[in-house]
Amino acid sequence: MNLYEYMGKEIFRKYGIPVPEGYVVEKSADVREYKKPVVVKSQILLGGRGKSGGIKFAKSQADLNAAAKELLGAKIRGLTVTKVLVEDMVNIKKEYYVSFALNRSERSPMLIASASGGVEIESVPHSEIFTRKIDPLLGYSDFIGREASKFMKFDKNQSAQFRDILGKLYKVFSEEDCELVEINPLMETAEGQFIAADAKVVMDTDSFFRHKDINITDPEKTPLELEAQSKGYAFVELDGNIGVIANGAGLTMATLDALTLHKGKPRNFLDLGGTDNVEIVAQAFDLVLKANPKAILVNIFGGVTKGDTVANGIVEAKKRFDIKKPIVVRLSGVHEVEGRKILKDAGIESFPTMMEAIKMVVKVAGEAQ
Amino acid sequence: MTVLVNKNTKVIVQGITGHQGSFHAGEMLKFGTRIVAGTSPGKGGTKFQDKVPVVDSVSEAMAFEPEATMISVAAPFVKDAAFEAIDSGIKLVYILTEKVPFHDSMEIVHEAKQRGITVMGPNGPGITVPGECKIGIMPNQIFRQGDVAVASRSGTLTYEIVDHITRSGLGESAVIGLGGDPVVGLTYIDVLKLFEADERTKRIVLVGEIGGNNEELAAKYIKEHVKKKVVAYITGRSAPPGKRMGHAGAIIEKGVGTAESKIKAFEEAGVKVAEFPDDVPGLLK
Repeated sequence: MNLYEYMGKEIFRKYGIPVPEGYVVEKSADVREYKKPVVVKSQILLGGRGKSGGIKFAKSQADLNAAAKELLGAKIRGLTVTKVLVEDMVNIKKEYYVSFALNRSERSPMLIASASGGVEIESVPHSEIFTRKIDPLLGYSDFIGREASKFMKFDKNQSAQFRDILGKLYKVFSEEDCELVEINPLMETAEGQFIAADAKVVMDTDSFFRHKDINITDPEKTPLELEAQSKGYAFVELDGNIGVIANGAGLTMATLDALTLHKGKPRNFLDLGGTDNVEIVAQAFDLVLKANPKAILVNIFGGVTKGDTVANGIVEAKKRFDIKKPIVVRLSGVHEVEGRKILKDAGIESFPTMMEAIKMVVKVAGEAQ
Repeated sequence: MTVLVNKNTKVIVQGITGHQGSFHAGEMLKFGTRIVAGTSPGKGGTKFQDKVPVVDSVSEAMAFEPEATMISVAAPFVKDAAFEAIDSGIKLVYILTEKVPFHDSMEIVHEAKQRGITVMGPNGPGITVPGECKIGIMPNQIFRQGDVAVASRSGTLTYEIVDHITRSGLGESAVIGLGGDPVVGLTYIDVLKLFEADERTKRIVLVGEIGGNNEELAAKYIKEHVKKKVVAYITGRSAPPGKRMGHAGAIIEKGVGTAESKIKAFEEAGVKVAEFPDDVPGLLK
C-alpha cells in the first residue's frame, strides 16, 4: 500500500529522520498564520507533482491562502486533491536520492543512492547510481553507508549525516514491513543540513497483522474495491462491461486476457480463491452486480473449489438478487458434472471449456442493453 | 531419477490438524504420498486418519526421517514453522500459506539457501510428480505420467494447462508451483536446471505472469543453456499498471513486469508463447 507523503513523513519523524516542519490542511480556511516562506504540496500519489502544478510556493499570507484554495479540490492528472501539506521552505544547496526497495529476483533489499536527486531515478544514468544488495539476515550496517558515501564523494560531515539517515531509513524499511522507502529529494540545505524533502513509503499489507496501530484505508482503492477487500475478495475494478468471477489469481487474469483477445471488455477482476462455501460465491455476485456489468462470466476450474458448490452459489445469487442479466458459466474439474446439472435445472447456461464460455459471454454482452 | 521427489520421499505436514492441512494431507495420502508424520503443537500422541502419527514438534518428527515438509499454518506463524523445519535440516520445505509478509519470506529463503535447503512457495500449489509423489494442493485427477514438465507461479491456471496437456494425450513428468508472492524460494532458472537434468522430462512449459523479471531471466537462461523444447504462456496482458491482480507478486511497477516484456523475451529466446491456455499442447507437439 502506497502512503501519502505526509503519512510517510510522520513515520520518518517517529524514527528520527529529519523532515521539514509542516502540517496538513483539508479545508483552505484551516491554513495557519503565515510566519515564513512555505511550500504547499498536494497530497496525491503521483510522481512529478511539481511539473503538473501540484506544488506551490508561498511568500505571504495571501500567497498561502490562495495556494491552499487553488489546490484543494483541484484535479491533477485525474486525481482530486483532498489534502495539502504546508511545509517550511528550505534553502536548497543540493538534492540527492536514496531508497531501500525489495529486489524481487535477488529476494533481498537493495540500497539505491545517487547524487542526482530530485528527478525520477529511472532517468538518471546508471553510472551515477549506487546500488547494493543487502543480506536480509545481516540487515543494514554502517560499512554499507561508508561504501555509499564514498561513491557520493561526501566529506566527513556529509557522510555522518547521510549514514545516520540510511540507518534509520533501513529501520523503517524493515520494522514497518515496507516494500519501498524512498527519499527523493534528500536535500542538503545551504546551512549544510540533510533533510527528507519528500517521502515515499509502500507498505506490505500482508504484514498488517503485526502493525495493529495502522489504520489507513488504501488511498488507491475505489469504494467497491475497499468493500471487496473487507469481505476477503481479491477484486480490481476495470472499465469494461463484462463482470468476471473466477477462482485463482492466475486463472482470473487468464480469463480477462482471453476476454480482451476476443474483443470483450472485462468490468472487474474477482478471485473467489479456494472455497467450498455457497455463501462466498453468492456474495461475490453481490459485489460484481454493484459494478453494474451487462453480463457476468463465471470461470471455475474445480479443485478445492468444487463445481456443485459454485453452481449452488450461482443459483442462490440469481434468486436472492433477482438477476436478469445474462450469466455464462464455465465449470470444469472436481464435481463438474454435478455442478452443470444443477445449473441446467435452474436454466443457466454452462460450458466445459473456457473458450466456449468466453465467446458466448462476449456475444451476449454485445446484445444486452 | 525424478524432479525433487519420488514415491519413497518421506513427507511430514506441519499443521496437519488444521482445516487446510488435514484436507490436503488426506488428498496427498490418496495420491500415494508417503506422509510419515504430522505436527500440531499440543496434539502430539494422536493419529491422523488413524494411521499417521501426530507429534508436537518438528524435532520429534525427525525420528521418522522426513525429507520434505509441507507447511500449512496461518501466515503469522509461517516464519517460525519454516525456521523449525530449516533448523531440523529437512531438505525440501514447501509453504502452502498465502499472505506471508515478504520480509519473513526473505529471511526464510536466505537462511535455507545458506544450508542447501530448497524452499517452494510461499503461496504456491506445491509439486506433483505423477505416479510418484504429490506435496501440495493440486487436484489428484488431472495428471497422467508423461514427459512434459510444468513450472508456474499460480495454482488454478496451472491445473487448467495441465488438464489441457493431459486431455491432448500427453502427460506430465513434474509440475511445480513457484508461488504467487514477490519473494519465493524457487526461480524459473532453478526449476529449468532440474527439468533439464531430469531424464523423464522431454518438454517444458513455463507459465508466467506479470510482475518482476524472473521470466525475462529465464528466457535468457533458456537461450544459453536449455536444449529441451520450451513453451510459455504469460498471463496479465490485460492488467492495468500499478494494480495487484490477486497475487501479491502480480503487479506492474514503474513499467517493470509487463506481459509484453516477458512475451518478447521468450520469443527472442526461441520459445513459443501460447496466446490462450488451450494452445499449449499444440505448441508442445
